[in-house]
Amino acid sequence: MDVTSILAEWTPYLIGGISLTLGLVAIALGIGVALGLPFALVQVYGPRPAKAAISAYAWFFRGLPVLVLLFLFYFGIFPAMGLDLPAFFVGAVVLGLRGAAYQSQIFRGAIQSINEGQMIAALSLGMTRLTAIKSIILPQSLRIALPGWSNEYPEILTDSAICYAIGVAELLTRTSQIVAVTYVTMPIYLCCALIFILLNYAGMRVIHVVEKRVAIPGFGAGAG
Amino acid sequence: MWSKKELPSRASGQGQDSPMKDDAFVLRVEDIHKKFGTNEVLKGVSFNVRKGETIVFIGPSGTGKSTLLRCINQLTIPEKGRVWLHDDEVTNSGPKISYFRQKIGMVFQNFYLFDHLTAVRNVEIALLKVKKMDPESARRQALYELEQVGMKGWADHYPAELSGGQAQRVSIARALAMDPEVILFDEPTSALDPELTREVLEVMKKLAKSGMTMLVVSHEMGFAASVANQIIFMENGNIVEQGPPDALLYDPAYVRTRKFVGQFADLTQRKD
Amino acid sequence: MEPAGFITDILIPALSQGLVVTLQLIVLSAPFGLLLGIGISLGRQYGGKNLSNICKLYVIFIKGCPLLLLLFILYFGLPSVGITLTAFAASVIGFILCNAAYNSEYIRGAILSVKDGQTIAAQALGMTKWQVIREVVLPQALRRAIPGLSNEFIYLIKYSSLAYMLTVIELSGAGKLVATKYFAYNEVFIAVGIVYLALVTFTTVAVHYLEKRVAVPGMIH
Repeated sequence: MDVTSILAEWTPYLIGGISLTLGLVAIALGIGVALGLPFALVQVYGPRPAKAAISAYAWFFRGLPVLVLLFLFYFGIFPAMGLDLPAFFVGAVVLGLRGAAYQSQIFRGAIQSINEGQMIAALSLGMTRLTAIKSIILPQSLRIALPGWSNEYPEILTDSAICYAIGVAELLTRTSQIVAVTYVTMPIYLCCALIFILLNYAGMRVIHVVEKRVAIPGFGAGAG
Repeated sequence: MWSKKELPSRASGQGQDSPMKDDAFVLRVEDIHKKFGTNEVLKGVSFNVRKGETIVFIGPSGTGKSTLLRCINQLTIPEKGRVWLHDDEVTNSGPKISYFRQKIGMVFQNFYLFDHLTAVRNVEIALLKVKKMDPESARRQALYELEQVGMKGWADHYPAELSGGQAQRVSIARALAMDPEVILFDEPTSALDPELTREVLEVMKKLAKSGMTMLVVSHEMGFAASVANQIIFMENGNIVEQGPPDALLYDPAYVRTRKFVGQFADLTQRKD
Repeated sequence: MEPAGFITDILIPALSQGLVVTLQLIVLSAPFGLLLGIGISLGRQYGGKNLSNICKLYVIFIKGCPLLLLLFILYFGLPSVGITLTAFAASVIGFILCNAAYNSEYIRGAILSVKDGQTIAAQALGMTKWQVIREVVLPQALRRAIPGLSNEFIYLIKYSSLAYMLTVIELSGAGKLVATKYFAYNEVFIAVGIVYLALVTFTTVAVHYLEKRVAVPGMIH
């Protein structure tokens, strides 16, 4: 059987793997933003003990290999909590928690880069600190953070393949299964690599379009 | 311009614990002290402001003029001293400070326009978020205020697309939109070239004429001479001398005032 | 099972052996990753059109392809074209290839930041193109690239754990085996985590020290 017909035969299976890979990435990015942004706000505006707690969190999740985190949560922490979670879910959560550690640093840098005059002016108009953060600081810092944040996508995409280690049936796992069944190795591996590279490229295009749509003259990535 | 209500003859006040109760005063500032670390920037500053008055603060840099303005609307919290708007205490007012900050507008040296918002959105954002106005009325009022400062044609431009003078005019419109009783100007033209300075001073002059109460920290002696009702000369955290421009600029009582004013002799030549 | 005995008799010896393998992986990969990274960045910047494009494609491929997949290609894929590597060798080669691609990006960025005037000044002194690169451009570029390169070194420490997926019993692999055998996942992986955190934190501090040592007055990194 030649490579083309093997690939054709397994296409639906690979597409299933692609969707699980993208699912991992989407959930992980979602968790990363949902936690990373409040973490960043706490690190800038929060009380000292809370700041220290977030720093410790970031140190932990940034210091450990993805593989060790996956093992720790999949075999250790979640079962010890009495949770019997599917590998896909554990993979997405671990990538998300780890992403939050990196993203909180990106968002924090962006928030801190905003001139303090923006907050002062907002307060001088009678805004509360919370309103000022919501209406003035966040819209600006999210724009500033976008270029740095967009690097999270390729990173999480390639890291998602490590979920192979806990048996998530994502793209790399399925590729390995096909290799094991068909004994065709290089063409199928390279095909898998090509898919990852295309997913990477496509995602970056999307982010680029978003960047352009939210761009503001003299602001963020476009200018100083 | 600025159809502000005319001088309200406020009924005699209810201020119970104010030692200097006088209803003619919009704003009373009483014994303000402020330290940054060991550096005492304000050493007990007191003055009163009448409705419709323009007071210009002059003096060497670093003498606490800007800090004083920030103490008035509590952007900087003084260690000691009190501020009153009519009969209500601004200092120690807790969450009510939001109300006082609407009533005491502020214009900054570096404009501090919100960089991610167009000119009109800059003016309307606090109307929406603080005054909770409906979007239509907020937009209408924002455009009206921009028109007053001659910036209506630039409503949809972002701060980065405006000259310094234009940005400062928008920031004046932003302060005006909150319908303040007093506006604090913190060196509003110090960051501007001379020609841009002129357009901002023109707007401020018109505003003063319309009856707005204004406190202005400025090095523009010409503006002080022609617009101020009172000039306050400050040095080392204290008020040295206070009086109408004629007296303070041309016949100061203190040597220190004379020395400072003397540097600007060419700007303050009496136009006989 | 008595906990103290488990830690001293089983866990620590196993993790120590694993740590030695992890350190071997890192020590063998890092220098070649740096050299190849310099080579690729120079090829991209100063090579002809073809070499430059090859280097560019190489970087796109490595950055887009998951490291684990690259390891599979090297270990499980290459035998089909007649190249058989041990798991350890495949891992080291994979780490070098990956590390080099990312390093080359930092070095290239640093090369671009060296002012043109310096290149011209060096040429005016009669230096050849290669001399200009070696004597003027690279010494500055490498200093400027230190923060990025050290970041990649820390990534290498962490991603060396993927060698376990090719059956190399390094630190996390040693942990996994003990954890499975004694059913002590939390204890073991927390211990493994502490070792990685120690490695990463130590490296961060060491890099900070190195940056200060090689700093040149007036040259901003």
